[in-house]
Parts: sequence; C-alpha cells; structure tokens
Amino acid sequence: MSILGLIFSNIHNREIFEVTKYRTIASAPIGGRYRLIDFPLSNMVNAGVTQVGVITKNNYQSLMDHVGSGKEWDLARKNGGLVILPPYVLNDEVYNTRLEAIKSISSFINHSKAEYVLMTDCYHICNIDYSDLLKKHLQKDADITCVYRKCQDKNESNLPANAFVLDENERVVEMNLVDEVKVGWNLSVDIWIMKRDLLQTLIMESINTNYHSFNRDILSKNLKNLKVFGYKFDGYFGNICNLKSYFDVNMDLLNNDVRNELFNIPNRSIYTKIRDSAPTIYGEDAKVSNSLIADGCVIEGSVSNSIIFRGTKIKKGCVIENSILMQDTVVYENIHLQNVITDKNVQIKTKKELCGSEEYPVYVKKNGVL
Amino acid sequence: MLLAGGQGSRLYALTSKIAKPAVRFGAKYRIIDFPLSNCINSNIDTVGVLTQYQPLILNEYIGNGQPWDLDRTFGGVHILPPYQGKKRTDWYKGTANAIYQNIDFMKRYNPEYVLILSGDHIYKMDYSKMLAFHKSNNAEATIAVLDVPLEEASRFGIMNTDADYRINDFEEKPAKPKSTKASMGIYIFNAELLYKYLEDDENDPNSKNDFGKNIIPKMLNDGRRMFAYPFKGYWKDVGTIDSLLEANMDLLKDENLDIFNKNWKIYSRNDPFPPQFICDGAKLGNSMVTVGCYIEGEVVNSLLASNVKVEKGAVIRDSVIFENTIIKKGSVINHSIIANDVVVEENACIGSKKEEDNKISVVGEGMVVKKNQVIASGEIVEKVEEE
Repeated sequence: MSILGLIFSNIHNREIFEVTKYRTIASAPIGGRYRLIDFPLSNMVNAGVTQVGVITKNNYQSLMDHVGSGKEWDLARKNGGLVILPPYVLNDEVYNTRLEAIKSISSFINHSKAEYVLMTDCYHICNIDYSDLLKKHLQKDADITCVYRKCQDKNESNLPANAFVLDENERVVEMNLVDEVKVGWNLSVDIWIMKRDLLQTLIMESINTNYHSFNRDILSKNLKNLKVFGYKFDGYFGNICNLKSYFDVNMDLLNNDVRNELFNIPNRSIYTKIRDSAPTIYGEDAKVSNSLIADGCVIEGSVSNSIIFRGTKIKKGCVIENSILMQDTVVYENIHLQNVITDKNVQIKTKKELCGSEEYPVYVKKNGVL
Repeated sequence: MLLAGGQGSRLYALTSKIAKPAVRFGAKYRIIDFPLSNCINSNIDTVGVLTQYQPLILNEYIGNGQPWDLDRTFGGVHILPPYQGKKRTDWYKGTANAIYQNIDFMKRYNPEYVLILSGDHIYKMDYSKMLAFHKSNNAEATIAVLDVPLEEASRFGIMNTDADYRINDFEEKPAKPKSTKASMGIYIFNAELLYKYLEDDENDPNSKNDFGKNIIPKMLNDGRRMFAYPFKGYWKDVGTIDSLLEANMDLLKDENLDIFNKNWKIYSRNDPFPPQFICDGAKLGNSMVTVGCYIEGEVVNSLLASNVKVEKGAVIRDSVIFENTIIKKGSVINHSIIANDVVVEENACIGSKKEEDNKISVVGEGMVVKKNQVIASGEIVEKVEEE
C-alpha cells in the first residue's frame, strides 16, 4: 500500500519565533544532533513511505540545507523520494492556511501514484508507527483518520487547539476549536491519513466553495458525511508551543525512558543529516553529569543537566547548568551559564555569567557574541 | 589504488572476521577512512580498493563510496576483488601482483599517474602536493618517506638519496641504516611505466611480486628517475596490537593528528544513534566518546566507539572499546582493546594497570566475559567458532 507523505514545514513557526527567526520550525534544532523534521521524516521512512513532499513557505534555506537530497533518510530516489515544494505564488500572494497550502501543491498530489496521503506538522517529536496507523485506518474502513493524544498538562498545548469528541469506536463525532484545554481531552496532533483521491476531491470542493481552513471547513464540516476516526498515540509526545516548552522538550531527552521511546525502538531509528564530526573529546578536568552530548564537542569544563549540540566547545573553568547549547557554540574560560539557550555559532566571551530561569530561559540569537 | 587485502595477522582476534583496513579506529572511524578521506581531500576521485581477506564487512562499509563523496558517475570508488580470468585465475600473490591483475581497471580511466596506497596506515596527507613534487622533479616514480629516529630505522624500508631527494639506493630493513628516510608505502608512478614494470615482474618466475622487494629495486637498477617525497606529520602503521592502541591514544594527545580540522575532515559511515548520554556520577577524563554511548561509570584515557554502555562502578582506563559493547557494573578494564558486540559481565577484570605491566589484553568480537572472570594482561581471547 503506497503512501505519499506531506510535511508542513512552516505552520506553527510563530510558536517559537525566537528560534524560527532564521529558519522554519521544521529545521529548528533539537536533542543535540537533530532538527524537528527528522522525526516525521524518519517515522514516514520507517513505515515504508518512499515519497515525501515538504511544503514550505518562507525562510526554508536552512531546511533545504538540512534535508539535502534526502539520502540520509534513504529518500534520494529515482521514483518518488524527497521533494521540497517551494511556495506557489498566485496574484503575488503566498498561501496563508493549511488548506491553501494543499491547494497550491495540488498538481504534485495529482501526479503521485500513491494510494494514501499522510500529512503531518513539525512542532512535535515522537516515534510513531505509521504502518499501525494505516492498519487501523483500514480496519475501521475510515475515510480519514486523525491522530490525537490525551492532554496531560493544560499549559503545554498549542492554542487554539482542535479537540475531538469520540464515540466508543473512536469515531470523531464532534470537533471543537478551543482556546483552553483540560487534562484528559483528546487533542489533535495534526497528523492525518486518507486516500489520495479523497484528498483530491476535498481540494476540488474547497476550490469551488472558496474554503480556507482544513480543520474547520473540511474536517469538522464532514464529520457526518465521512467516516472520520481518531487514532490515539500514547507514546512520548514532545509538544512545542513556546520557548519554554521548546526548552522542556529538549530537557525531556535527559530522561532515559523518553530517549528509549524515541531512539531505541528496533527498526525505527531516527535519521539526521550527517556532519562528519569527530568524536567528542573530554579533557582531563571535564566534569559531566546528566547531559546529552553530541559528536564533535571539546569539553574541558563542567556540564550538568544540559543538551550540547555538535561542534560545541566548552573551555576550562566553565560551569554549564540546565542549558541548551546549539551547534558550534563556544563558551570561553570561567563562564557560568544557567537556563540558557544559545543558538548556532554563539560565542560567550566576556559575559561572565548568564542566568535565566526555568520558566524564562535566556535565549542568545544565532551568531551572537557576548 | 588502495591495497586493502591484508589479513593483519598480528592484530589477532581483531581481524579474525574482518580485513585489517576495516578495523575500528578512533571511536567512530575505521582505518580505511584515513586513506579514503585523504584521497577525496586531495581531489582524487577515482579509487580502486583491492580486497582479498575477509572482505564482507569492508565491502559493505565502502558501499557506493557515498560517505567519502566517492559515488561518482565517472570514477568513484570501486572494490576490486581477485577474479576469474580467461587465461588464469589467481589470488593476489603480492602487492605488485594485485595491482598487475587490475591493469585493465586502471587503463579504463587512462590516468597519467597512479598512486599506490595501503589501507593500514593512520595519517593525514595531501597527495596533490606529492604529485606536484613528482611532476616538478620530472620523476618516473616518487616514494613518500618519513624521517624516523636512527635507532628505529632498521624496522623500515630505507631510502638513501642525494641532496635533491633523488633515490640512489633502497634497503629493506637494513641492519646498519645509512639514512633515516623510511618508506611509507605510498608510491606515485607514471602510469605507462608502471604497467611495463608490472608486466615484466609478472613474467619473472623468481619474483615475489612485491613493490618493496621487486618493483622498486628493479626500477632503481634500471636508473629510473626516482625521488623520495619528504612527508612531515603524523604517520603510523597500525599493523600490531601495540601500534593500534598507541595510535588510538595519539588521538588524545598528538596535535599532528588533529581530526577536528574542518579543512581536512576524516569521513566515515555514520550510525543513526542519538547523542551520547553521560549520567549523574559518571567520570570522564581525557577520553573520546561518540554517538549512542551511555556512561554511568568511569572512563579515563580511553576511546569508546558508538553505542557502548558503561554501567555504574565500571572503570575503563587506557583502553579502546569498539561498538555495541556493554561493560557491566563493577568491571574494571585496564590497558585493553575490547572488540565490538562484547558483553563484559559484572565485576570482571580485564588487563592490568599500564604502569604495572605494559602488555595489552584483547577481547575478540562477540565474546561474553563472565561474571568475576579475570583476563590477565597480554592475554588475547576470542570466540571459538563452532564447526
């Protein structure tokens, strides 16, 4: 059963506007060596998807640089493979909504020979078995299956959120756009699967009727005509809705169970761009505890409860606590960082101390020198 | 042309299933990554890799050459095993014979020069500079040489040259060396001349078909223009357990072997593992660790390849651990090389402190070291294959 994957790389950009100033949310760095898009891409590939379109809108240079030809995900293919879909401009206007984005790539969807279409956003990390999603979709003879999760913390959701009301068979009977959520609610995670020809029909209809919203005008309007089912995902789901949750999701990776759920599932590895970094070297006086450390680092100071990305250098006498240091950050001698996020290529030279709080981590922008 | 068929018998348990060039080196690399990366960094985009002994892992590792940017429409990397011919079918009998059997391969690309390399040396070298030296001397053959201490010179093939680096004499492992210019096993030949000498060598029934023993002395005898290219930098033949461990340790201290240099990257095939995780209570000092590792114990002066797990209370000193190996609680490893997929059960003791005894212990691929088991220093253990 062939599936066409569609990834929305820009929707939800504004949630972490600090980090997405220079990039799409899809290419936001996470977990030491990954970008958010690595998760949906790897999940798709691990379920046998061989054709993926990545829908872009703006600032997608870093995304293109990251995914390249798609070879790291085995998606450099003659047939199908990875395709970046640049924004399609009509009357000098780029799309604004998800539905408009889908409309603008209708020729790409029409040309595909896949039977199903799987669509996903990039604001979350999880290791989900899409082949099981398809299996349930077929078992229930569904027209559309929407992935949802049970809300566990009312403060950690993207708002407004789409909440589902399900019947005993998990069929979606009601769908509401809500401004606040409660623990236990069924929240859409913006992953859907349906037949490609159904999507084509829905696009045609929405063009004729000038609809704009996929959730409001397509999904919720069709709950009676179409068999729309929910698929519960209850594995680790790292949801990013603001800088705080971006910080927290990174920190979640310090938990063994979370790492196991994301990275240790047989035949479902998470792939990423290869950077050919050297292994990480620890100096004589390095002190490291409870930290996730990528390759290519030189660690001579002290690091605890932190996520250290590839190529970071931490010099002697430094104390790094509760921080996220992205690719190629350099922290010079005797500097103290606490609850700090440094973007790529940051150098901390003269500022001797930089402390944020867990609620409001300090963010240092890309290429910043302090 | 990269000679990668050697058995590497002096690496014992480490090469019982894989060819020497495919042996792990420096946490995330294999030995062959160094010459292959040198090639691509020197703008050499057509490489033949001659394989013979246990080629399975080596072949899989090299694949289409993509990690080294050697997947090319024209050229790229090619694995060259011995093959069945119309007239004769032979294993590679020696280094020269191996190249001889692939003359047709070389001729397909119509090169002006042929560079011969071996797959068991650790070094970073710009072959394009050596080629420039070869051309500017109007040489017919150029041999890279390294200045070695006089007392060690008798372990190498020694080139005696005049002041302009023209070679006038070559001695294999001389008892009384006249110079300290040791051959590094890296040769550049004018292609047509090489073909001729290889064919002559093949027709000589007394020849051992070896570059060092036959081809080079023959060329010198014939008065060919042969030059020694002086190389300065790190170079090590990792043909023995001692030199392999030593070269690994040099990564931790020798500035000449800087693998962090972004202008001369060493490329390798990467594993899809998450970053390494260092737990509370772990202790790391002067060590190199790579993706997928999980460290709860103590790691000092050591190199850990991908996906190695070091449990609480385990201590690793002055050692090299290959990929997917688990060191369980309370085990102590000193001055050892532990191969891939080994399980060291709790409270085992492998090797003895480097300061007390200089011998190196080796544990072969897939071994299970039992609880409380002691493996003495210098001991080499490997899995016994069932017939």
